[in-house]
Amino acid sequence: MNDVNFNKLLISANALLPLAFLAYDGSRGNLGANPIEFFLRTTGVLTLSFVVFTLSVSPLRKIFGWNGLIKYRRMLGLFAFFYGCVHLTTYSVFDKSLDVPAIIADVIQRPFIAVGMTALLIMLPLAVTSTNGMVKRLGGKRWSRLHKLTYVVAVLGVIHFWMIVKSDVFYPAVFALVVAVLLGYRLLDKFRPKATLAKKTVPAKS
Amino acid sequence: MTPKDDKPDSVTPEHLFLNRRTFIRAGLLGSTAIATGAAYRFLNPLRPSVTAVPSQTDTATTARPSDFSTTESPNSLDDITNYNNFYEFSTSKTGVAANSRGFVTRPWTVEVGGLVGSPKTFSIDELLGFEQEERIYRLRCVEAWSMAIPWTGFSLKTLLDAVQPLENAKYVAFQSFYDPAKMQSSYAAGIDFPYVEGLRLDEAMHPLTILATGLYGKPMPNPNGAPIRLVVPWKYGFKSIKSIAKITLTDKEPPTTWNLFAPEEYGFYSNVNPTVDHPRWSQATERRIGELGRRDTLMFNGYGDQVAHLYDGMDLKANF
Repeated sequence: MNDVNFNKLLISANALLPLAFLAYDGSRGNLGANPIEFFLRTTGVLTLSFVVFTLSVSPLRKIFGWNGLIKYRRMLGLFAFFYGCVHLTTYSVFDKSLDVPAIIADVIQRPFIAVGMTALLIMLPLAVTSTNGMVKRLGGKRWSRLHKLTYVVAVLGVIHFWMIVKSDVFYPAVFALVVAVLLGYRLLDKFRPKATLAKKTVPAKS
Repeated sequence: MTPKDDKPDSVTPEHLFLNRRTFIRAGLLGSTAIATGAAYRFLNPLRPSVTAVPSQTDTATTARPSDFSTTESPNSLDDITNYNNFYEFSTSKTGVAANSRGFVTRPWTVEVGGLVGSPKTFSIDELLGFEQEERIYRLRCVEAWSMAIPWTGFSLKTLLDAVQPLENAKYVAFQSFYDPAKMQSSYAAGIDFPYVEGLRLDEAMHPLTILATGLYGKPMPNPNGAPIRLVVPWKYGFKSIKSIAKITLTDKEPPTTWNLFAPEEYGFYSNVNPTVDHPRWSQATERRIGELGRRDTLMFNGYGDQVAHLYDGMDLKANF
């Protein structure tokens, strides 16, 4: 196994570990008095966490020169999508008993559910176009423009989390801050004088 | 130690090198897994059940059963004492039990005053001296979960009669005990303390309204509002104020904590009503703790026969 494949294994193992913990605690009745709420909240936080990890790759490459990280970005994004799907499935099965009209009514009437659902729907085309073949078919420029939707997903995710909290906004605020830093960095980077950027990229290519 | 020099002429023989690489990889896998696991556990700690912690009001109560009790089977003591909204101690429902463990509730007094003929400060022993009844009530939280809880206590009317409300008394205001030194979480809770609640006088005098001093025949556990708390079963749980320090009869509608925090989300009445949704979530259904699916929420939490007449002619959408 080469190093890249090993690192992918390493990331996958750690990414799935929280789910293993959830399953283990759940099987032993250790998820508290309201296990479904706990499972929903935890998978939601995991989804948002992987969105944040995905968005951290570019800044880390630019600031620290860790260019190798790009090889793992797709995987991080797909884990965000994976946990988002687990989150939605939990809600649909245990909160709504797969009652589709009730789910639709919920999406229409509850802004926070509409926001979360929109975020997940946006992630769908991003997951579908994550393959190498799709990158080629779309062309790099168009592909990366499409995948800028990840920024929207992150913002919607934070809003979705913030809206369900009653009064103690500590955790949503932490995510809001991190997302603001990650998106703020991109904004600053965009308006940095082009000359310095060009200088930096030349030696990197050699 | 980079895997660049794995050529035949390398100093390290290939099989040894591969072994070392396997070893390092196993170490990486193991150590990152431990770190991830530790982070998960730190954020989601296993909460030991704290029901065994003795309460300070250990007067055994021999509560008489009541016709007001539901026949539904109550939730377990473990669920009732480990899933609580008590923001003074923690905003995490599973964190209240541990944070309230050291809360001392003896001695304890409840000051009853305002528009009454004979204001009086009651000691907890005097309050436990009122005849105690068991009331198995449904409790419906505004967050759309519910429980059935076997409270012990006495009707609030008994206490109010003892202080003789004046003619012009129209409302009853309640205030929780608050000591920021003992209730550390309260700084980050987002709502103001001390917690305050209120009822219209007729609601307060209703036979279903009780001051609870215990549950499951035991003195009130700390996370549930030791040593004495209000229980108004047809209203959302947050109306049933915990660890009461002060009761004041007034002629004006008293301020209430959640209404002060978000007036468009939490009204003064806050009667359980499946047809009036919280602005951010539906109140039509609820999850009974211990059940997987959801049940329909009942008007006035199923106590409509007894209390609907209190609100005759009132627009319950406007007075939510």
